[in-house]
Amino acid sequence: MPKHGVVIIGTGLAGYTTAKEFRKNDPETPLTLITDSDGAFYSKPMLSNAYGTNKLPTQLATQNAEQMADTLKAKVLTHRHVMEIDLNDSVVLTQSGDNILFDRLVLAIGASPIVPPLEGNALERIHQVNSLADYARFRGDLAEPRKVAIIGAGLIGCEFANDLRRGGHEVSVFGPDALPLSNLLPAQAASELKTELGGIGVDWQLGSAVKTVNLNDEQFELILANGQSHQADVMLSAIGLRANLQLAKQAGLSTARGIVTDRFLQTSSPNVYALGDCAEVEGLFLPFVLPIMSAARALGKTLAGEKTSVQYPAMPVVIKTPAYPLVVSSPPAGAEGNWQIEETGTGLRCLLKNGLGQLVGFALTQDCVKERQALVKELPPLLNT
Amino acid sequence: MRKWQCTICGYIYDEQLGQPDHGIPPGTAWEDVPEDFSCPDCGVSKEDFEMIEAS
Repeated sequence: MPKHGVVIIGTGLAGYTTAKEFRKNDPETPLTLITDSDGAFYSKPMLSNAYGTNKLPTQLATQNAEQMADTLKAKVLTHRHVMEIDLNDSVVLTQSGDNILFDRLVLAIGASPIVPPLEGNALERIHQVNSLADYARFRGDLAEPRKVAIIGAGLIGCEFANDLRRGGHEVSVFGPDALPLSNLLPAQAASELKTELGGIGVDWQLGSAVKTVNLNDEQFELILANGQSHQADVMLSAIGLRANLQLAKQAGLSTARGIVTDRFLQTSSPNVYALGDCAEVEGLFLPFVLPIMSAARALGKTLAGEKTSVQYPAMPVVIKTPAYPLVVSSPPAGAEGNWQIEETGTGLRCLLKNGLGQLVGFALTQDCVKERQALVKELPPLLNT
Repeated sequence: MRKWQCTICGYIYDEQLGQPDHGIPPGTAWEDVPEDFSCPDCGVSKEDFEMIEAS
């Protein structure tokens, strides 16, 4: 009988879902979660449509750390910053001086927003939203209608653009590519997305990167590579995520884009596992909700003694832009294909087919999003046993 | 009739309404919703739903 039990670093969706799945299979073994936050449970995807669903940041936290500890029969150590993992002695060291011993360790330490490469004096005042606490600060600056500049026309940039317009703010979106979501969508769908969000008042400033941002008298001035200048009251940067690797590197674990794991989510050290936005599972770095749920289910069993590999079916991503509903399923790594686009009159059905005519990915818009469930069954899995 | 909510994205399955777009007729009890049902908004599985309202 192990005496120290399972320790999970991180109480985001990956950490808490793993704990929940573990408890379904093992109600007894000691379980400890460590977080530098307040440990409240919330769903991160809800941050980018909270206006549309009339939710305040406080309402997004559905359970506090005590309630989670109670439900999970676990210790939840909050406001603890992990400084170091010592694999020789199987101990986690925190800044406040705790030494937490483990038999098995799970890293669910997430990713951090990429800091935009900007000149100027305003970098520290540009919001990045990757946690409920970040979001609460951001909403604090949006108590009255403001002029908001979003850097990044990807998934999060587009979702916030739509949501903040619903919240009554002026929104401009900046990015170097000519179209939004250009890495996920065929040009025709991206172009319609641009038009429809434009229709609800989103101002697109695409095709030239933001180079410099200065803050003077609480007004941001953005200067683009093409020399144009724009003003804003509030700024949000949403240009992507990078896995948090520092702890793992310092502990001597293998890392690439994420902490490297096999299909059992085991890192290069036995008894140490990783999942979620910090992990690269069999070469796949997939910072989305669905991979987290699949991984947590497998890991919950493995930690309880029933070694279980992760299965990734095709995992479509719903993009929360109600002005132009969208769902995208990206092809498996290395799969090539050509887009076949059909206009149905009430949306676009964009099918990505390989040289053999097999479906490898899709993008569905407007009313066509209903076809997702049927099409997903035709797609190859991303990771199979 | 009861309502079930996705714990991840907030989507609500209302037994009274069903989910006809996904082949689940109005009036379908949660127990009779297929096990491979996934959230129409965020795609997580049936077990990630919680009951929010019973009437």
